[in-house]
Amino acid sequence: MALADRTEIPGQVAKDSDLAEIAKAKTEWEETELKRFQQRSPERKKQFSTLSGLPLERIYTPLDLQDLDFAEKINFPGSYPFTRGPYPTMYRSRPWTMRQIAGFGTPSHTNQRLKYLIAQGQTGISIDFDMPTLMGYDSDDPRAQGEVGREGVAADTVSDLDEVLEGIDIGEISVSMTINPTAWILFSMYLAVAEQRGIPLGRLSGTVQADILKEYIAQKEWIYPIRPGVRIVRDLIVYSAKHLLRYNPINISGYHIREAGATAVQEAAFTLANGIAYVEEILKLGIPVDEFAPRLAFYFVAERDFFEEVAKFRALRRVWARIMKERFGAQQSESMRLRFHCQTAASSLTAREPLNNIARTAVQALSAILGGAQSLHTNGMDEAHAIPTEQAMKVALRTQQILLEETGAANTIDPLGGSYLVETLTDQMEEKIWDYIRRIDERGGAVAAAEQNFFQIEIAESAYHYQQQKRDGELTLVGVNKYYDPSSDEGLPFELHKVEPGVEEIQKERLRRVRKQRDDDEVEKRLAELTEVARSDENLIPATIAAVKAQASLGEIVKALKTVFGTYVETPVF
Amino acid sequence: MDDRKTRILVGKVGLDGHDRGVKVVARSLRDAGFEVIYTGLHRTPEEVVEAALQEDVDFIGLSILSGAHMSLVPPIIELLAANDAEDIIVCVGGVIPPEDGEALKELGVAAVFDQDSTTDDIIAWIRETAAKETKTAKKS
Repeated sequence: MALADRTEIPGQVAKDSDLAEIAKAKTEWEETELKRFQQRSPERKKQFSTLSGLPLERIYTPLDLQDLDFAEKINFPGSYPFTRGPYPTMYRSRPWTMRQIAGFGTPSHTNQRLKYLIAQGQTGISIDFDMPTLMGYDSDDPRAQGEVGREGVAADTVSDLDEVLEGIDIGEISVSMTINPTAWILFSMYLAVAEQRGIPLGRLSGTVQADILKEYIAQKEWIYPIRPGVRIVRDLIVYSAKHLLRYNPINISGYHIREAGATAVQEAAFTLANGIAYVEEILKLGIPVDEFAPRLAFYFVAERDFFEEVAKFRALRRVWARIMKERFGAQQSESMRLRFHCQTAASSLTAREPLNNIARTAVQALSAILGGAQSLHTNGMDEAHAIPTEQAMKVALRTQQILLEETGAANTIDPLGGSYLVETLTDQMEEKIWDYIRRIDERGGAVAAAEQNFFQIEIAESAYHYQQQKRDGELTLVGVNKYYDPSSDEGLPFELHKVEPGVEEIQKERLRRVRKQRDDDEVEKRLAELTEVARSDENLIPATIAAVKAQASLGEIVKALKTVFGTYVETPVF
Repeated sequence: MDDRKTRILVGKVGLDGHDRGVKVVARSLRDAGFEVIYTGLHRTPEEVVEAALQEDVDFIGLSILSGAHMSLVPPIIELLAANDAEDIIVCVGGVIPPEDGEALKELGVAAVFDQDSTTDDIIAWIRETAAKETKTAKKS
């Protein structure tokens, strides 16, 4: 429809007559002032683009938003399509949860770090587990050797989790556990701890990451094949939605997809496709969508391209809202509004000149805040070297506190809404996300696409392309491929986290003690029951809770179900 | 002159699942003209050495970001020696603190590539090292 033919449309950014004038003025400006200025000050590139390749124009004007319908596309925070945020007041009533992750050594080491972080003003807890726990091995398993307590805390039995949370009131503070193939076991342990402490399930708030689909394509933590893996997640969500009103039994994640090398568009699209797959799986049980969808939560990265990231978060909310409403017929707002935890981009941080990472992290954190995240972890300056020290975490936490308390960024909702640039990028992101979702649907959905290696190939391509851009200098890493100072290789400006020796032995001893004083017959019975449940299509959680309460270990539970589900074998592509 | 393409086993050992880097390296090496065999994830030291011997490789490149390198790399060096395969050159990349890097080199690791190494760095080093090996005619 030609500009001249349109009558005024409500929600339009500028009147048509204004738009025509702006168009004229822009052309004039480009042909006179701009041209003149470019002669003595040429632009650095012929074409700028965002990190994921969307074109970045010189300026954006009302012309770029002429088709934008405010009510349909933007609207108000807490209202469909939730572009501006999931809640009407956002940070004006409740700031995002400051949730720095912690986990290393013995449960007691981790407990100390959690208490330190809470004392420094952290408002939510996040626990990281060691590789054996993540992968389903007990600390005394041969596969665990050398890896116990290294990248996270070991949790073999419920008493380990209890000790991690010693002196912490889990009825008051929300607890997030970064755990995937064994999420259902840690969830069960968590419920057992709550019961021991007399805390009603309805008071528990927190999350387990639990998103197994992103594991097969990105983070690569797995035990069982894809479909049993999805069944376990299904059971976890269904049980939690029924019994824990304040708990988020999954964080459908894009962070790892991005960190594996995907673009912003792929991160968003692949995550939502996985979300669709989980919803479909649960709907097969005949459970109405509004009975579980409100408890689905998400997890995205805040990467280096500032405006693209903000646009990404807004586009994600808009797309998911429409999926829930139109594809799944959700009726409740709570089912349609996307809530997410966010972490700044670990892979963007450099080993060289690590103090620079403080600046990177601060800017990334700001994009998360302007993007409306519900929860945030900011990385430590030492991210590229080791798991973070207290000092690194303190600075990272203070970064969030400064952003909240000193910058004003959190005092108005969706401040970049209405920006000609950000609205344009949001629309473009949205379009590209829908494209991918269509392609994935054509392949039979996310599970089928994962089995076809679709995501894995896309991600590997993007990762390779990114590396080439770095190599060719197209992508600058300050202090690394530009502004390189040789003296920065002479040593680090801070101490690194040291792995305490003897953690493995301590953990093995703890496990020995538990096995000694528990009733082995009962454990055997509970494991047999759990195995039977696994063979059926009944919900796994009650039998798992019973098993962990009997002091069955994580590894024992995992092994028992291997007899039913088998193990996953990857077909690697590069 | 040895016309045979240089064969490299690129591997992930231990429970560490971070494979972005190793896959980019594997592809870069392949594009640079080497024969590349990728082990996939979660291999044990025994599996790595078995594959290296089976595939008759010249180099093993290990990627470890879990911090468990001091438990995983020395057994590989030992197994290579036990199998009379010390001529296979081992290099390591990932998250390796400098002191550990030095310790690994003392044990026989030929090179340690840090997080800021480029694929060009790795390719150049392999070419250089392979040429040196051909010169000294270590292989019969």
